[in-house]
Amino acid sequence: MVWTSMLFPTGAVDEIPNVISRPDFFEDLNLGQVIDAITEQKQEYDLKPFFYLPLHDIEVIRYRQEIFRDLENANTLNAIKTFAEKISLVRRYLNLAQKLYYKRQQEGWFLEAAVAYCQAVSGLVGDLEGAPLRSRGFLDFQTYLTTYVASPAFRSLHEEARALKHDLASIKYCVIIRGNWVGVRKYESEIDYSSEVERTFEKFKQGDTKGYRIDLPILSGVSHVEAQILDCVAKLYPDIFKRVEAYCLNHQNFVDPVISTFDREIQFFISYIDFMANLEAKGLNFCYPQLTKTKSIHAKDAFDIALAHKRLSEPGLVVPNDFYLERKERIIVVSGPNQGGKTTFARMFAQLHYLASLGCPVPGTEATLFLYDQIFTHFEKEESVRNLRGKLQDDLVRIHAILEEATSESILILNEVFTSTTLNDAIFLSKEVLKRVISLDAFCVFVTFIDELSTLSEQTVSMVSTVVPENPALRTFKIVRRPADGLAYAICIAEKYHLTYDLIKERIKE
Amino acid sequence: MKAHLMFRDQDFDPLAPLPIHSPDLIHDLELEVLFNAMARGDKFLYEISKAAVLSSLKDVDSVLYRQEILRDCLEHSSVIREIYQILIEAIERKRRSWLGIFTHYPSGVLSGAVDIISMFIPSLEQLRKIADKHMGMFHSEGLTRFFAMLQSELSDEYLSMVKYHLQQLKFPRGVLISAELGMGNEGMNYTLRLPNTKNKNWIKEALSKKSPTFSFTISERDEAGARVLGALRDVGVSSCANALAQAAEHIESFFNMLRTELAFYLGCINLKEQLEQIGNPIAFPVPAVMAERKHNFKGLYDVSLALTMKREVVGNDINADSKDLIMITGANQGGKSTFLRSIGLAQLMMQAGMFVPAQEFCANLCSGVFTHYRRKEDALMKSGKLDEELSRMSAIVDRIKPNALMLFNESFASTNEREGSEIARQITSALLDRRIKVFFVTHLYEFARVFYEKQMENALFLRAERSRTFRLLLGGPLATSFGEDVFKSVFGKQRDQVSIS
Repeated sequence: MVWTSMLFPTGAVDEIPNVISRPDFFEDLNLGQVIDAITEQKQEYDLKPFFYLPLHDIEVIRYRQEIFRDLENANTLNAIKTFAEKISLVRRYLNLAQKLYYKRQQEGWFLEAAVAYCQAVSGLVGDLEGAPLRSRGFLDFQTYLTTYVASPAFRSLHEEARALKHDLASIKYCVIIRGNWVGVRKYESEIDYSSEVERTFEKFKQGDTKGYRIDLPILSGVSHVEAQILDCVAKLYPDIFKRVEAYCLNHQNFVDPVISTFDREIQFFISYIDFMANLEAKGLNFCYPQLTKTKSIHAKDAFDIALAHKRLSEPGLVVPNDFYLERKERIIVVSGPNQGGKTTFARMFAQLHYLASLGCPVPGTEATLFLYDQIFTHFEKEESVRNLRGKLQDDLVRIHAILEEATSESILILNEVFTSTTLNDAIFLSKEVLKRVISLDAFCVFVTFIDELSTLSEQTVSMVSTVVPENPALRTFKIVRRPADGLAYAICIAEKYHLTYDLIKERIKE
Repeated sequence: MKAHLMFRDQDFDPLAPLPIHSPDLIHDLELEVLFNAMARGDKFLYEISKAAVLSSLKDVDSVLYRQEILRDCLEHSSVIREIYQILIEAIERKRRSWLGIFTHYPSGVLSGAVDIISMFIPSLEQLRKIADKHMGMFHSEGLTRFFAMLQSELSDEYLSMVKYHLQQLKFPRGVLISAELGMGNEGMNYTLRLPNTKNKNWIKEALSKKSPTFSFTISERDEAGARVLGALRDVGVSSCANALAQAAEHIESFFNMLRTELAFYLGCINLKEQLEQIGNPIAFPVPAVMAERKHNFKGLYDVSLALTMKREVVGNDINADSKDLIMITGANQGGKSTFLRSIGLAQLMMQAGMFVPAQEFCANLCSGVFTHYRRKEDALMKSGKLDEELSRMSAIVDRIKPNALMLFNESFASTNEREGSEIARQITSALLDRRIKVFFVTHLYEFARVFYEKQMENALFLRAERSRTFRLLLGGPLATSFGEDVFKSVFGKQRDQVSIS
């Protein structure tokens, strides 16, 4: 039996593609910061490529969802985490051994790596025994692991290492330095000089005095001088060091490639689970989405995952929202008061689809999501001195490119695209663009302040950000299906920021 | 020993806090481009240039003091570079030798301090020689005083006294240390041991003969090896290294102070050379006091744009003397943003004591430059767009004072035109009432029209045309815009083929 991958079922891919660049829409959707946060503590595993690779095969998505479900068991999850910490140490030690120049020092760290590796692997076998595993990925890996640990190669690796460490720890030696000359011999029960010095001058002591001691850093341990000292120690204890040498020679590349692949890939799941756990602690929900190829989708209690993550470190709640699109409905036109969560809603719609296509649980209590081919976003871009084409020109060129590339299977997010032009231009341009989206038949969220767009055709659905009826300055952050009401609240906000004529004059003193 | 090249009577502190809104200025005015040109890849020059440009001088006299020194520096740039080079080399030599891994050991600190002070001596001598040689060529008050100081403080008698002291410090010793093997077979539990004496332990001595001593010798030239030995050697001994190490620090801080004060002028030299190379003029601005209203210039161009494009760029000739409001409307891609940036950049450069990117330039000093530019949707997601704009505006109102210079670029357009115009009108009116000079680039026709029709004495209206000259002309706002044209050029003929299903 050959186990292959925790990310793809056997035979699903020949080779896992190594995607190193972020999808174009990452920045607009704030997914970049989410993936950065997910992978931040896991740099050594190079997980980002896994998060940059959306899947288009329902089978593979299920394979991953099964593994996520297995990891809901706390014991299983802890077993994996303990294993990962130890393997991480193995990597650090091996890395150090490789960087070192002197043979005995390399051997020392190589031996430490082997000890840590054996502990990690045998620990994992024990911990997974009796775990309620159901996913194909885990079951196959467990079978492999049990066979591996019982193999003679692994057993000799483990036992010899333990014996060597024990013998090395019993060595005690002396270093003599005289000018540039250094001598090394066995320790001969000489007494501690510093305590001798303290005793000698004890009588002068009158009480506590201010200390002038420099905190000495620990010696690096790996200089050429220390290497030569170690060589001398080896000559004092030739038998032990001969055994160390033989061990290192016999067990080169002791890390099993299957173990090492598992160690990296399982972190895709662990990192996401850790990330979810923080949000779940705040009362937010995640669910396993159903993926569909039909154009009927919905989600309940979904939220902007980037905003939710940001809110972990600052006050404020994330307000969950629902949506559904069925029959001919394709386009959600979001309008309503500013700062009401419109952009957040648009992001959330696309984030959900993207996360689902990674095989991950998504924000919400239930979700049926579309198995899209591509996501396109257009958010307002900042003007830059390096790009001398005007903003409007840029916007239109970009939207044109999107409309050329998008198919009926794509997802489009267009967020307040023509706000830098005059009102008339904005209406004209928005309508022209929306007409083209309609004829494309793709799912789209169109955020705009031009509310008449929501009634352009039967494919468009109007959703609006809402305020508390008694206090229009207070947003609920609920985006609901409702005809657009054309209310805007700009002056109201200006007052909130004390920026009316009178208030400013009061604030700036003569 | 003080240089006082940035201020007549105080040190320049590059770590002094910058105005809180500096990040906005850097971003909106593309100041990074300016800093990078001044720095030419040197991180230190970058930091100093940044600090100097952002911490504006507030009175005409201070500006002229720096201008005078800068003229001297531009004229004798090779001398300034030479001095700067000496300082760099001295500081760099110290950095290289001081950061050895074992400098925290007493013996390392001691020998390191001896080495470093020895290395500093030639640099001090070089500075003295330059002062002797070039003193007469400089006319500014600041540099004349500076050279005189070098001559008197670094006299021959003083330097030879320092050299004498450096001969006096040495420490040979032999030690015995026990150790065990820890992780990775590294030595651990190093403990200084008192050697056993024959009389006391003659039986042990006899037994120990079975145990051989293996040895090696560190080469005389192996400095790193010697340091390891030094570290092993006097664990826990000697606090007398401290004083000498502090002396070394004092000399270094003198070099750093000189370097800091000269860095700004070197940055200006760098900038001038690059602008000259691409054929753009510079001029020393004529500063007027804050209370006056002056803005009168010829060929004022955007220095960031010039440096980015690496070619000559078109400047504007405007007389806005006695104006408080300058409103700029007109075509996209017509040079509005570039113009606005050139105003902000020139103001900051003038108030740093620098030359400005123009053929002629006269303006009043201001109490502070503030920018309010439209921003991309806040990546921090805290707020909606208008909310974000107003929140930034409110932060500006918290800090702005009369006689400030306020630059708006398409602000308050993140809601619809009617409401945006009303917000902009109220804010602008209030700022003008508080004697703040406002430059406002806007697409909000309604907003511009209201002010235009008032026919205010102290307002000037400029308009960008759809020409490739990027020059602004005098003129009020026009109602039309060009969205449909641009749309056609991008989407082409397809427009007629689309119909709603």
